Amino acid sequence: MCEALGRAVREVCGALDNDPTRMVDIVRGVQQKMGCVNEEAIDAIAHWTGAQRVEVASVVDFYSFFSREKQGKVVIRLCDDIIDRFSGFAAVREAFESELGITLGQTTPDGLITLDRTPCIGMCDQAPAALINDVPVTHLSTDKARRIVRELRTHGDPKKLVKRVGDGNNAHPLIHSMVENNVRLEGPVIFTPERRGEAITKALAMTPAEVIRAIKTSRLRGRGGAGFPVGMKWEFARAARGERKLIFCNADEGEPGTFKDRVILTERADRVFAGMTIAAYAVGAREGIMYLRGEYAYLLAFLEAVLERRRKDGLLGHNIMGRHGFDFDVRIQLGAGSYVCGEETSLLSSCEGRPGEPKTRPPFPVQKGYLGCPSVVNNVETLACVTKILEEGAASFAAYGTQASSGTKLLSISGDCMRPGIYEVPMGIALREVLDLCGADEPSAVQIGGPSGRMVVAPDDFDRTICFDDLATGGAVMVFGPERDLLDVVAAFMDFFVEESCGYCTPCRVGNVLLRERLEVIRQGRGEPSDLKYLEELGAMIKATSRCGLGQMSPNPITTTLKSFRSIYEARVSPGAHGFRRSFDLEEAVAQAERIAGHESVHRQEVTHE
Amino acid sequence: MSEVILPTSEVIFTLDGVTVTAQSGQTVMEAAEAVGIYIPRLCHKEGLEPYGSCRVCTVTVNGRPASACTTPVADGIAVESESDQIRAWRRTVIEMLFVEGNHFCMFCEKSGNCELQALGYRMGIVAPRLPYLWPKRPVDASHPDVLIDHNRCILCARCVRTSRDVDGKQAFAFVGRGSRRHLAVNPGSRLCDTKLDVTDAAVDACPVGAILRKRRGFETPIGRRLYDHVPIGTGVEQPVELTIREGSPS
Ligand SMILES: Cc1cc2nc3c(=O)[nH]c(=O)nc-3n(C[C@H](O)[C@H](O)[C@H](O)COP(=O)(O)O)c2cc1C
Ligand code: SF4
Ligand code: SF4
Ligand code: FES
Ligand code: FES
Repeated sequence: MCEALGRAVREVCGALDNDPTRMVDIVRGVQQKMGCVNEEAIDAIAHWTGAQRVEVASVVDFYSFFSREKQGKVVIRLCDDIIDRFSGFAAVREAFESELGITLGQTTPDGLITLDRTPCIGMCDQAPAALINDVPVTHLSTDKARRIVRELRTHGDPKKLVKRVGDGNNAHPLIHSMVENNVRLEGPVIFTPERRGEAITKALAMTPAEVIRAIKTSRLRGRGGAGFPVGMKWEFARAARGERKLIFCNADEGEPGTFKDRVILTERADRVFAGMTIAAYAVGAREGIMYLRGEYAYLLAFLEAVLERRRKDGLLGHNIMGRHGFDFDVRIQLGAGSYVCGEETSLLSSCEGRPGEPKTRPPFPVQKGYLGCPSVVNNVETLACVTKILEEGAASFAAYGTQASSGTKLLSISGDCMRPGIYEVPMGIALREVLDLCGADEPSAVQIGGPSGRMVVAPDDFDRTICFDDLATGGAVMVFGPERDLLDVVAAFMDFFVEESCGYCTPCRVGNVLLRERLEVIRQGRGEPSDLKYLEELGAMIKATSRCGLGQMSPNPITTTLKSFRSIYEARVSPGAHGFRRSFDLEEAVAQAERIAGHESVHRQEVTHE
Repeated sequence: MSEVILPTSEVIFTLDGVTVTAQSGQTVMEAAEAVGIYIPRLCHKEGLEPYGSCRVCTVTVNGRPASACTTPVADGIAVESESDQIRAWRRTVIEMLFVEGNHFCMFCEKSGNCELQALGYRMGIVAPRLPYLWPKRPVDASHPDVLIDHNRCILCARCVRTSRDVDGKQAFAFVGRGSRRHLAVNPGSRLCDTKLDVTDAAVDACPVGAILRKRRGFETPIGRRLYDHVPIGTGVEQPVELTIREGSPS
């Protein structure tokens, strides 16, 4: 084995106590040091951690930020989600390609720069965007792309690309990023100035059961998308048997079009950690893990510093706020490029150092989660709301919003509007009002809740409201103007699900490939009316039979547009003549057969010889 | 969602309208099987930890789809298994598995003993309505006594679980995400690098013709194989039919 590799692996493993449950961090460390995790590295990691070789390999191959092939010292990942595609992705990509002299997926011959693509990196309000190693670069143009390459060639340091820092804590030395918060509307819950320690003090003045009761009274429901009542979840976890219980903060924010958790973490991280601490007190947990998506690694040092300050201030660690026996601490687990890891049981698998595959339910995480221990998983925004509820009281929180959907909601708005960014609005607000706020002058369609959500139609749906009972959303609102081809949107979303399916269950693994294939046939104008029924039936089957939420939502881009935008499909399909399928391409079929057979078909020889 | 840990007790639920008595802790599939009702399955095999990947055993529990092999019974639940809708779902799952790999039954040694093929027959599939995906997949014939033809692997993890939990070897696992997910061997990269032995239970765990013993081809002639004359599931259905009690949903 190459000596440098051996040393690197030993160091990385050693720094994490050779602990196989830290496999994602170990592989990340080796990837960073060596530019790849090859066969030799896999063997060495298995040796030091005592894991099976294939267990290491499965982690390397699951997460898109890891690679077996050597990557450049600098990896440029262009966000190629639909918002970026509609705001100049193709030109930016070309500029990078021509300036680098390579195409997407390749590395420059000097081994310096790899050019790659990735799904949404949570910068949709400042698209086109890219990640250069950990550094987000935003508002890309062709000029900017060329300049970036030239600079990287001289200094090779992505951090030096940041000339002007963004607003708020983006300018903090530990973040030092060009990212902008774009908070356009501050509401009464998330963004009010925080009073450090107050929420925890108030919680400690109550019994854990009283804290849970307060959360129930507030009627707070999960902000990560599913809307599960938070008080009930905590109660189950409190009742569950087990010495060791854990609180997880879901900061994976992988749903394309969602970026509100990034802004909360940048501006109000204390609120989130306080929420975790309150949850720990209520549930009886001593450990917390924040699962931070790999795309937000640029926030890691800052968040670690916030944790460290909280420890110093007695808000974390032993005997929190002087309460004897109340111990709680948080570590941050970085993800590595996988959307399904936002699904709560995949998140737990990932924290255990394994591929992000969902777990079988039941048992539910509150019964048996991380390493079999009762685990509460809550979204970033949910936990920030918890802190506010303790500060101001359940009643004042419940006064916002509606009966079934109390409080406010952060929306991340992107696409064809004047003022993309973050809006804190009361639950139950009409979509029309949201569109007015963000200056969407001419929306013809709005995607609510990202690819997993639904496409709503103008103007029929615009009086509907944002809340759990009507247009539920984890926060994503993508606006599309009349010039957009919605089938482009649908196709991009289906590409996303095909790429992000974990592959565990049949319907999601195979079905999404089939949906995408038929959609492509229709997009190329070779579809038939019966294809629409095929898509509907296949979509319904995948939704019904898939194992986790990813598969259960993945046909939504197709099934929701087939309902509300059927005409865009109908315009592209027509019946085949003489009972032949229009998608059948005789030339291509013969060519394919020839490739398999390894020689020209007799038929073709005859034709050419004639 | 709340956890009830009780000693095993009797649980009564309905399965397609028939009242079934089961033991708490049983899965819907086990409880059905105990009263002679077969729920189709591929990734589940008796004695192995339920895995829930193939989704062939999909039923509805109080109207919500769930996999019968992983769902525990509960008092008063109404399970549906043989509705037209559910049959159509299962049929599509089987078709998906056929088109995802390369299954040429006419020259597969497993033909007649293959659970995928047998389910295809049971469900009346003559040819898939889904387009074939024709993946390129390798064959690993490195091992002296056993071969893996990845073209036929349906990713059921029966070999994975059997090798790990029965043979104690962990000779198999999956790597890759989404449609790139595939079976890998452990350690090393070829089957001959593993500790797999031809007598291992894992070799017999495969429901299809992906893991085969060498030099045993056509030992049992076609026509005398498991599913040549009786559909898959018959073994479950016949002997215990009398224990089904007719009744109305409670
Ligand atoms: C495919 C998939 C991806 C998800 N991604 C996220 C995510 O990035 N962030 C999040 O908070 N919840 C996500 N969820 C929802 C979580 O599973 C879970 O419901 C949530 O974290 C619970 O927290 P809450 O109740 O506070 O919302 C995802 C769910 C699915 C099915
Ligand atoms: S639905 Fe199935 S394949 Fe898709 S991500 Fe969930 S478990 Fe994996
Ligand atoms: S080799 Fe056979 S047993 Fe193993 S996963 Fe593939 S189909 Fe299942
Ligand atoms: S960052 Fe590009 S779409 Fe979200
Ligand atoms: S047998 Fe239940 S999912 Fe495969």
